[in-house]
Amino acid sequence: MHPILSTVLQRLALGLVTLFVVSLIIFSSIQLLPGDFAQAVLGQAATEDTVAAFRRELGLDKPAIFRYFDWVGGVMTGDLGTSFSGRAASGVDRSRSVAELIGPRLMNTLFLALMTAIVAVPLALFLGITAALKRNSVYDKLVSASTLTTISFPEFFVAYILILLFGTLFWDFPTLADVRPEMALGDRIYKCVLPALTLTLVIVAHMMRMTRAALINLLASPYIEMARLKGEPPRTVILKHALPNAWAPIAAVIAFNLAYLVVGVVVVEVVFVYPGAGQLMVDAVSSRDIPVVQACALIFAATYILLNLTADIIGIVTNPRLLHPK
Amino acid sequence: MSESKKSYSAADEVGAVITRRSRLQRAWIGLKKAPPTALFGMVVIFGYVFVAVFAPVIAPYGEAEIFAIPYAPWDGTHWLGTDQIGRDVYSRLVFGARNTVGIAFATTLLAFFVGGSLGLIAAINMSWLDQLISRGVDVLMAIPSLIFALMLLSIFGSNTLSLIIIIAMLDSTRVFRLTRAVAVNVVVMDYVEAAVLRGEKLGWIMRREILPNIMPPLVAEFGLRFCFVFLTIASLSFLGVGIQPPTADWGSMVRENASLIQFAKFDLKAGLTPLLPAGAIALITVAVNFVVDWFLHKSSGLRDEL
Repeated sequence: MHPILSTVLQRLALGLVTLFVVSLIIFSSIQLLPGDFAQAVLGQAATEDTVAAFRRELGLDKPAIFRYFDWVGGVMTGDLGTSFSGRAASGVDRSRSVAELIGPRLMNTLFLALMTAIVAVPLALFLGITAALKRNSVYDKLVSASTLTTISFPEFFVAYILILLFGTLFWDFPTLADVRPEMALGDRIYKCVLPALTLTLVIVAHMMRMTRAALINLLASPYIEMARLKGEPPRTVILKHALPNAWAPIAAVIAFNLAYLVVGVVVVEVVFVYPGAGQLMVDAVSSRDIPVVQACALIFAATYILLNLTADIIGIVTNPRLLHPK
Repeated sequence: MSESKKSYSAADEVGAVITRRSRLQRAWIGLKKAPPTALFGMVVIFGYVFVAVFAPVIAPYGEAEIFAIPYAPWDGTHWLGTDQIGRDVYSRLVFGARNTVGIAFATTLLAFFVGGSLGLIAAINMSWLDQLISRGVDVLMAIPSLIFALMLLSIFGSNTLSLIIIIAMLDSTRVFRLTRAVAVNVVVMDYVEAAVLRGEKLGWIMRREILPNIMPPLVAEFGLRFCFVFLTIASLSFLGVGIQPPTADWGSMVRENASLIQFAKFDLKAGLTPLLPAGAIALITVAVNFVVDWFLHKSSGLRDEL
């Protein structure tokens, strides 16, 4: 077998195993719940029958292994279970399915992440590459110093500074990003300016520093010096010699930061009251709505794992040493 | 050597009595050479520690003491005004230093204790145990830690103890990775082998043979981990699932006073109030980063002060 194919397959298998174990961890978290939580959800006034019915619905009368496969099977077919909220002690059930709750909010989160990525990724790569090429210049020092400070700030600090400056003092950008499904695209983007700007500032700093470090590492290697000494023009050195080896670190940097976006989005959504999946998860944590928490955690973790997997595979596929085996 | 000599003689230098400087003197010499950023960082850290230790003396009021006027403006009695239910913001900021920094420090310590010991054991043992822990850590690190923390908090409930334990466990995975990586290079040294043959116990080998040799990277990592833990706890508290009221904490203070920011146009001071605790979080993170940068630079082979 071609070495690339086997490495890619190996990596894919490892990714699947990780995903499986992660789903196992997320599932077994429900087993750790102390006490009888069917009773806790329904309240003290619940009758024996209601509690028993709820237990049956959760499958608490079956062994854990069956419940795990039920849950995984449900997730595969898009059925994420039913939310705990909206259940009353009297047995009236106004709860909604988790998929119905998460669906539109996930779209919102993806919209915000995409909007940020479109701006942040090219900007960060441009800043990182130019800073690495003009190392130790005033430009490099300026960019590095300003990104180091944004890195040390918590996301909500950046967000509130932006609100203070652009939401109240100088401009009047909306500080509540309450998008609704019927909104036009232009309105949506206008509402999301500040949250997207916050996320951009945070991840550009990370991405730029990592790109710069990866490139400087690469440009210091002997074969680049050799190419320079041969008298090749700088353009050829960068495009023909450095770039093929740079794809792997750059892909890793982008994937790492898109994955970071998944986490950063939680805090930023709460600051701007943006109706996204992150906010839903935080609300569910506060009200201990376990099915929603599980579903959100699974989605976030899967995104994170898949992004890292993609970066690894890009790194393997573009690796010149694997492309031209001896 | 002595300043009165006009010419340099190698024989004199070799013949001079070499006095070994005390630990304190060496530390002082190192400190004098520190760059301004590192000095700034150290001053800030000492300031925070001072405020944290003497919080009840410095703060004019108690952290949960409630006054008549909520959202009072900045004036003589309440230097930074009061919050949404009338608690003195300045006092809460001071007590916040104790609670927020203290909890983050305790969490980092626990993470280092657990992650460090497991890392050392894995590096010495190098058998199925090492494989087991390493693969487990791989899986745990595949889940974003804030998401994992949120999930675990929903199960165990948001109280300070479970917060400390959960974050410490999640963070110990990173400590484990680093400790194991640096310790495997030391475990193969002859003197460790000698200690094993001497019949020393595992605890002795961990503490006396390996630990002193992997200290510098661990100390630097401690600083960075502290920042990370600090920001995670602040974010969780900001989200309302971390440190719970009435305990004064900077993350939740930002959230509680956030609505004041809308009034910045009419009263800039009120608009700045929610930014103060956030700024306090940012300042200590920057300060620790500066010190760690200097320490890394110093311990990476540029040891010329001895």
